[in-house]
Amino acid sequence: MTDHAKITAEGVNVFYGAKQAIRNVSLHVRQDEVTAFIGPSGCGKSTFLRTLNRMNDTIAGARVEGDVRLDGEDIYARAMDVVQLRARVGMVFQKPNPFPKSIFENVAYGPRIHGLARSKAELAQIVERSLQRAGLWNEVKDRLSESGTALSGGQQQRLCIARAIAVDPEVILMDEPCSALDPIATARIEELISDLRGRYAIVIVTHNMQQAARVSQKTAFFHLGELVEYGDTSAMFTNPREERTKDYITGRYG
Amino acid sequence: MTERQPTDWRAPAMQRRLRRRYAAERRFRLLGLAAILASAAFLAFLLVSMVARGAGGFVETRVALPLDLSDVRIEGARLMGPGADLALAGAGLENAVDRAADAAFAPAGGAAILSDGAWLVVRDAVKRDPGLLGRRTVLDVPVATEIDIARKGRGTPEAEASVRRLGDRLSSGLNTDFFAGADATDPTRAGIWGALKGSLLTMAVTMALAFPIGVLAALYLEEYAPRNRVTDVIEVSINNLAAVPSIIFGLLGLAVFLGTFHLPRSAALVGGLTLALMTMPVIVIAGRNAIKAVPPSIRDAARALGASRVQVVFHHVLPLALPGILTGTIIGMARALGETAPLLMIGMRAFIAAPPDRLTDPATALPVQIFLWSDEVSQGFVEKTSAAIIVLLVVLLAMNGLAIYLRNRFETRW
Repeated sequence: MTDHAKITAEGVNVFYGAKQAIRNVSLHVRQDEVTAFIGPSGCGKSTFLRTLNRMNDTIAGARVEGDVRLDGEDIYARAMDVVQLRARVGMVFQKPNPFPKSIFENVAYGPRIHGLARSKAELAQIVERSLQRAGLWNEVKDRLSESGTALSGGQQQRLCIARAIAVDPEVILMDEPCSALDPIATARIEELISDLRGRYAIVIVTHNMQQAARVSQKTAFFHLGELVEYGDTSAMFTNPREERTKDYITGRYG
Repeated sequence: MTERQPTDWRAPAMQRRLRRRYAAERRFRLLGLAAILASAAFLAFLLVSMVARGAGGFVETRVALPLDLSDVRIEGARLMGPGADLALAGAGLENAVDRAADAAFAPAGGAAILSDGAWLVVRDAVKRDPGLLGRRTVLDVPVATEIDIARKGRGTPEAEASVRRLGDRLSSGLNTDFFAGADATDPTRAGIWGALKGSLLTMAVTMALAFPIGVLAALYLEEYAPRNRVTDVIEVSINNLAAVPSIIFGLLGLAVFLGTFHLPRSAALVGGLTLALMTMPVIVIAGRNAIKAVPPSIRDAARALGASRVQVVFHHVLPLALPGILTGTIIGMARALGETAPLLMIGMRAFIAAPPDRLTDPATALPVQIFLWSDEVSQGFVEKTSAAIIVLLVVLLAMNGLAIYLRNRFETRW
């Protein structure tokens, strides 16, 4: 299993000040799969997601213990460059958060700060390819200079995905990417996730169990900061090993 | 226990309560309207009285003076170049003008009805047209301040008699000296340009220091500094500094810039430094609020793409916060522009008869000039004071207009 693992986490604990948000979580994220994190509100799934690209570093008082590796490299090692790590591990947030700039500038920003394009033409090519992969190109190709914030919510979220793709990451973390969207926009994002599978390792946090069942191959169920169960999505939804998992996915609580 | 009756919405008590609620709303609206009308009336009164009193300051009275300059002899070559003023003064031009006035206006008061600066007008005319020397001519020259005031309708009986005698030899024109000159003892020659230039130089120093330091301090405190006791103390200190009376900053400037660093007294440089101390906390507070208003999701988005902290700040946070920072800065600068007390402390209340050319030249500022003129005994300075206030208000309005323009120009919605 480890030979396919993109990210390995061993014995991870996360503290916010004195409060422990994550207790001894270990799991592997495979390169060619979509991994879903499910669980009730406040169970720590988003916190755990944010340990994978060190976004917790920006929260005052947050402390991470344990071993998290990307391709075998310890991402909490002193030698790890956070800026480069976040370029390799992209992230899409719960609420669409395009920059208040043009659509083109939104996508071009990442490649520009990392110096990925040697010419304007190359940059335009990266922008076009990213928007195409995010399934947004046909809708916005004639108005790239318009503001990204003028798009609809679903389009904004796909713009954010295009923005993340543009820096050519290896992993994409999605923190409840559809919770602010209507069902049609949600369906488009789910389609997009399926299209992107294989090219990027994808980790998605979701409240919606049907969504987890539809898009993911592996599912992790978190409860009160613990990883209760982790395994193949199909197995977990048809035949959960743990009583708590069964109660949650059948709607007993959460 | 009895069953609760269903609410009767038509009961008289209910109707009364409803009427009272509407009456309260009407009262509140009327009070608000009255407050707005009262403040508008005060503002209108201020503007009308300032303009009514100050408009005269922009106009000067001139008298047609018949001149015979054939006695004034001077070589043509000396009328060229920088030595011309001195050459003409040496050639007795002033005496010639006085004699001409004595001859022409003897019953009205002779040379006494001319402004001290009348012969300077003749001098400038000669410089423009050297042919005036050696022939008879008639020039419009400014009159003394008593005559000027009498013509505008507020003079003494004697001066008014002179005005009647001079009759249609008097005329009015735009007082260009007022816009081009500096302070003078004779109100007809006193100008605002010296003080305005002093104010502009002072503001330039204030802006150059307070804006970058204030913005960088605000950025550091919001984006970098850890939240702990030290930053709490700094925050409270900055808030307190913004509330310190301005004269205290004047004392500080006096002690530090003049006492310790021995910078020149009454210089625009020292005025600017002192006002920068006063303006900086205002910019820091406005800047921090503007930076706080930038949504954290934008910072997250940039960070998640691998932007470094400096890139997050300068590519995203600062551009989005800039309209707010600029608005706060210009309000702080407008306050500094109108500030008198600290400038008095560092000696910018001296009589400065020439506009400053360098930052270290002795200078004065608009509000200080207004203060100095309002203290003068001579009647002529009353309208100069009001005219200077109009100039100050126009500069302030221009600054606030700029603030509104910048805010609309750079504002981004998300």
